Amino acid sequence: MKILYGMQQPDEGTITVAGEQVVFHNPGDAIARGIGMVHQHFMLADNLTVLENVVLGAEKLYGIGGRARAKINEISGAYGLNVRPDVLVEELGVADRQRVEILKVLYRGARTLILDEPTAVLVPQEVDALFANLRDLKAEGLTVIFISHKLGEVLSVADEITVIRRGTTVGTVEPKSTTSRQLAELMVGSELPTPETEESTVTDVPLLTVDGLHLTQTDLDGVERIILDEISLTIHKGEVLGIAGVEGNGQSELVEAIMGIRKPDAGTVTLDGTDITQAPTRDRRESGIGYIPEDRHRHGLLLEAPLWENRILGHVTERPNSRGGLLDIKAARADTERIVRDYDVRTPGIEVTAASLSGGNQQKLIVGREMSHDPKLLIAAHPTRGVDVGAQAAIWDHIREARRAGLAVLLISADLDELIGLSDTLRVMYRGRLVADADPATITPEELGSAMTGAATGRLEHAEDDER
Amino acid sequence: MNKLTQRLDKERLLLGIAAPLLAVVAALVVTTLVILATGKNPGDAFSDMVTYGFASDSQVYILNKATTYYLAGVAVAIGFRMNLFNIGVDGQYRLAAFIAAVLGGVLTVPGWIAIPLIIVCAMATGALWAAIAGVLKVTRGVSEVISTIMLNSIATAVIGYLLQPGKLGELQQGGTLVSTKPLPSSSYFFSIDTGPAGVLDGFIVVAVIVGLAYWFVLGRTRFGFDLRTVGQSESAAAASGVSVKKMVATSMVISGAVAGLIGMPTLLNESHQYDNSFPSGIGFTGIAIALLGRNNPVGIALGALLWGFLERTTNHLEFQGYDKEILGVIQGVIVLCVVIAYEVVRRYGLKRQQQRVGAELAAQAAAPTKKQEVA
Repeated sequence: MKILYGMQQPDEGTITVAGEQVVFHNPGDAIARGIGMVHQHFMLADNLTVLENVVLGAEKLYGIGGRARAKINEISGAYGLNVRPDVLVEELGVADRQRVEILKVLYRGARTLILDEPTAVLVPQEVDALFANLRDLKAEGLTVIFISHKLGEVLSVADEITVIRRGTTVGTVEPKSTTSRQLAELMVGSELPTPETEESTVTDVPLLTVDGLHLTQTDLDGVERIILDEISLTIHKGEVLGIAGVEGNGQSELVEAIMGIRKPDAGTVTLDGTDITQAPTRDRRESGIGYIPEDRHRHGLLLEAPLWENRILGHVTERPNSRGGLLDIKAARADTERIVRDYDVRTPGIEVTAASLSGGNQQKLIVGREMSHDPKLLIAAHPTRGVDVGAQAAIWDHIREARRAGLAVLLISADLDELIGLSDTLRVMYRGRLVADADPATITPEELGSAMTGAATGRLEHAEDDER
Repeated sequence: MNKLTQRLDKERLLLGIAAPLLAVVAALVVTTLVILATGKNPGDAFSDMVTYGFASDSQVYILNKATTYYLAGVAVAIGFRMNLFNIGVDGQYRLAAFIAAVLGGVLTVPGWIAIPLIIVCAMATGALWAAIAGVLKVTRGVSEVISTIMLNSIATAVIGYLLQPGKLGELQQGGTLVSTKPLPSSSYFFSIDTGPAGVLDGFIVVAVIVGLAYWFVLGRTRFGFDLRTVGQSESAAAASGVSVKKMVATSMVISGAVAGLIGMPTLLNESHQYDNSFPSGIGFTGIAIALLGRNNPVGIALGALLWGFLERTTNHLEFQGYDKEILGVIQGVIVLCVVIAYEVVRRYGLKRQQQRVGAELAAQAAAPTKKQEVA
């Protein structure tokens, strides 16, 4: 992908665009050849309008005024993107922003679009809308390369599917003659995992109680925004509580408040009968909270440190990592070896830096680390994001196993199948509030999706009484 | 598997040495060109440097210089490991040496009480002066670079004001020099007389202890791990339970305390008083040495020795008809090259390791029987 967009040079091999062999030295070359990329993380300036964002860096094409606006409207109309040029980007939702990104690429004359995990941040309805846009683009003769971990989506939108595993092409198939199971088998080289929990292990012993959590934040313009609004929830021993919601609705802040990284304005957090509202993060970790952060690079790892130092991270005060005030490097290393073995972290050794592992293996290391200190509560934020299917199944297994042993889990995920499959109880978060709850046994991703956009509140269809 | 680990290790060591070596070689090349440009023979200059630099009196001189430089390098390196740029080491050590000199001058207790008191006083002064910058950063978000630069100037002004006859200074040598009251000879630190080669400062022992403590605290203690964590990733440190603010303030204080030691070899072993000729600017030398030594206790020692060697030998070059500015050229080029070389080597190392791991795993995947042998 990076090579196709000219961000990296290949050691070998060739790229052919429209029958012509080309070499890309930088993204500029790729753009000149009509290749455009829509990144997973949007590259938009919030305080500029859509028009300004689109012309930024491409001022020479159609100027920055009326001509550009006409062109944007023309593209928007032609592909049904429905983009309004004069709206500020910060006022747009995620799906609209994505359409702006697509338009940006088309504006620069792209004939081949690369979309990197475009559906990760969208609710099902928005995904459908995106797919409709993609079909329009296709009808106009454009080529779309759609990169995704989600098999169902790939099957429904693609005309041809190429499966890449560990850097090599393992197969190219027709979606019409392939089932998602076959596709998954190609991806992992073994059978398809499902995130289904078998029998319920929920007990009636409350482990984590969050009551009336409130958090406000003053943004740069001095406007006070409510991030968390009267959040109350209880997780029992052996229960997995899933929180659904489009990203940016307060999930990260909720996790950080429970971890003690952020100080809430009001509300209490009680862990296993002890009030930990005022406790610092380290005390909370020591008292049995395991934490799989949503952004493993920023919060879960020291990328340039060797694996065994990463094994110490977050648990430096606990055995086997230290005794008294001193590190026990020998024991920490031995335990790292054990994690690498037990959690199947694919690495040549524990001296390599965390940065050189693949995302899935980094995540397995984090899961192994957090599970190695007998947590009572596991906070798992997007535990399988960007992780290949094999590692995903392994991580699900570990969560399930620990749950049987009485672990309480707070699961936050954008993957609705994962949420429904793993959770015992589901809550939906929208604009800082828990607006709805649902029974994972009966709910469908579509129903959940509509609650995530704020369209439905309260108890969702078939939902059982929620233990508040 | 073990073989690969060893290979990676050896490679990392090699890469670690490559950068400073590259920098020194580049500096030599540039220096050669500069000397050639002035129409003189660089070969003679280098051979003079080597023969003169390794003479026994030079060795003692270099070790004495390096003692001071080493302490400066460690003081700066403590900040670097935290991602803090303590430019204020300079002001910290000068103020610390001044206050300690004043205290040492008025103390009338026996040396074995006075010397520790003087040293502790210097460390406390340095720590306090650095703490100002630390507290400002933690509470008000003031960049430590800005505040320490200003604190350097303030330290200069404070010393200038207090070092006057009638205040804390007194006139010496028939009224030509103002200094603090000289230390009584009982408060001199021990030194080692090496005969004709000169006198070796006993403070070198303290420098070695500081180096050992630096290595031990950073590499072997929980506190050191927390400190390194904050330096590598503040967000990961916060998530792992380190109080970043507390850590910033603490490491600033420790850096300042070590900075307080920098003036001690001079005060306790050589000058025995603080006056206007007290060496200044060593804090900045410390930055260069910490960079050169990669914040590594042994690396810093080598850097300090190199700096001492360069100073000694280029001074001598002046008598051989070369320009003494050659010292600035060599040192400047080394620092510049070091910064560039480290970044290049670091990126190369990371990329190479990623490729290696990828290749290794691909090989494992190709031979599925060996797949589980990951330990």
